[in-house]
Amino acid sequence: MAEACITVKDLTMTYGDFVIQRDLNFTINRGDVFIIMGGNGCGKTTLLRHMIGLKSPAKGDVCYGEQGLWQANPKARQQILARTGVLFQSGALLSSMTLAENVALPITEATQLPPKKVREIVSYKLALVGLAGFEDYYPSELSGGMQKRAGLARAMALDPEILFFDEPSAGLDPITAKLLDDLILSLSSALSATIVVVTHDLDSIFAIGNNSVFLDAETRTNIDGGAPQKLLHESKHPNVIRFLNRGDQTEQNSNHRHMRSQA
Amino acid sequence: MKTSKILPPAINSAPSCAISAIRQAKTLEIALSGDWVLDAQLPALEPILAQIETQAIEKIVVSTAALGRWDSMLVTELIKLIDYAEQKQVAVDKTTLPASIQGLLTLVSAVPERVDAHRDQTRTSWARALTVSTGKAIQHGREMLIFVGEMIISTFATIRGQAHFRRQDLWLYIQECGPSALPIVTLISLLVGLILAFVGAVQLSLFGAQIYIANLVSLGMTREMGGLMTAIIMSGRTGAAYAAQIGTMHVNSEIDALKTMNLDPMAFLVLPRMLALIIIMPLLCLYADLMGIIGGGFVTVNFFDVSLTEYLDRTAHAVKMKDFIIGFVKCSVFGILIALSGCMRGMQCGRSASAVGDAGTSAVVTAIVFIVVADSVMTIICNRLGI
Repeated sequence: MAEACITVKDLTMTYGDFVIQRDLNFTINRGDVFIIMGGNGCGKTTLLRHMIGLKSPAKGDVCYGEQGLWQANPKARQQILARTGVLFQSGALLSSMTLAENVALPITEATQLPPKKVREIVSYKLALVGLAGFEDYYPSELSGGMQKRAGLARAMALDPEILFFDEPSAGLDPITAKLLDDLILSLSSALSATIVVVTHDLDSIFAIGNNSVFLDAETRTNIDGGAPQKLLHESKHPNVIRFLNRGDQTEQNSNHRHMRSQA
Repeated sequence: MKTSKILPPAINSAPSCAISAIRQAKTLEIALSGDWVLDAQLPALEPILAQIETQAIEKIVVSTAALGRWDSMLVTELIKLIDYAEQKQVAVDKTTLPASIQGLLTLVSAVPERVDAHRDQTRTSWARALTVSTGKAIQHGREMLIFVGEMIISTFATIRGQAHFRRQDLWLYIQECGPSALPIVTLISLLVGLILAFVGAVQLSLFGAQIYIANLVSLGMTREMGGLMTAIIMSGRTGAAYAAQIGTMHVNSEIDALKTMNLDPMAFLVLPRMLALIIIMPLLCLYADLMGIIGGGFVTVNFFDVSLTEYLDRTAHAVKMKDFIIGFVKCSVFGILIALSGCMRGMQCGRSASAVGDAGTSAVVTAIVFIVVADSVMTIICNRLGI
């Protein structure tokens, strides 16, 4: 059942001489909602940038199926990345274009569909994220949550197999963040896509994640991984326990957290 | 079911897909087959919609037994079909569809379309377009007046010491628009002096009056060209920069932040820039005059048989203090106009990346129009007053 979708092998990430994380090894299975978690500055977003081809690793590789992303030539890399969609932290919509133009951008780039059909697909994608009717709005005319959902519509424009989310709940109120989490879950089941989420929002981690990796800022490597719920109770690493308990290590808090996440 | 997941690797022929419909009593059975993917050639949906219309159908059943790969292409077509059926009050049985398509269709209809959000794009007649653009022009004029008014108010507030004015900013702006502009001002002024000398020489040498090239160049530079060329250089160099700086601050909500900190953006951002230009422009103008006279002298001495002493002597006789002062006054006015148009376009900037570019462009255009109009007015006034 568990078919490897992305395998990170011996990945070492640096900025100049400064090592962010070294010897990362983990596997993301097809259909996972995979969480990359860790404290601020531990290299979560940097890891994401390595996975989506924006930054080349100092050592090691990110493999999509059998193919290594960074061993492949630029053309092959582009083909691999064509199967992915990315939602950036702030949505990263082009501010000079309407939502429809933003979502249509990857479609018109990759296909030769007639404008009418493109418009239909755009409307469908916007409807999927609950923004039907907002085609001709500019990003600046929307709220932060709506911008993020529009970014998601653009990320899904070409029916990617793998969707990456960078801090989806950052800057959203709890209810909007919850709605976005629900949307991610329903999309993951409807599209049967693999979803990779970078976040440190505990509520999201427990609500949507079924697999994870924990990047430790002290040892600078991935010290633990697995289903977040399981990690909370079974992890042997104090840093992981502390992180998942909001800095608190008492059993009571852990139970409380468990109850909350099940509620 | 995991059909949409294979990216077509180098397909030689376009994937084919088909749709067919069979009518049984009042039920229409629609069969989908083939690969419904983005690069497929779609079959027309219209005949089937027509069939629903004409044959008194009450129920539609979609069969996907022969369906291959699918993606958004199929879902959008299904949405069209379902919408049409709903309009005609025909029931659609979705249970026969694959579970993931059902999930997507549920999501699509989960949030009803905001009808009031739609925007109409209607074609306008030329009369309407004229009204709209006149209205826009009036609006622009009003905005400009408001800006000038606000600026005057904050100038007085600053003089009275009520507004926050950062002195170190002023020095920074003076550095930016003064010394840094010298190389380009040098080049342009030398060449303008040179051109003036050549243009005058052709006519004056007809009468053997080459010596008067000195008058032409020195008067031309001090009264007119020195200031004008400096102003045009500065509107492109500094005016556009001001518009872009303030525009970007606008996009990043920095202006809003200033307002919440109770700092007047006018006094904080606009006044130091304007003051810097007012101080620097006459100095640059003097420098440009000098460079122009040197450029003219180079041509006159080397090509038209006039000695350097004669040229300098003629120049000293031709130019009076009042000519310099007229040049300085003009240049200060140009400085105000450049700073005004740059800062105004920046403050009026929209909140997108392209708006910053537009602000820069329109700052330069506005400044040059203002400069030329103001220059004509001042030249006429000087002429009438006989100075």
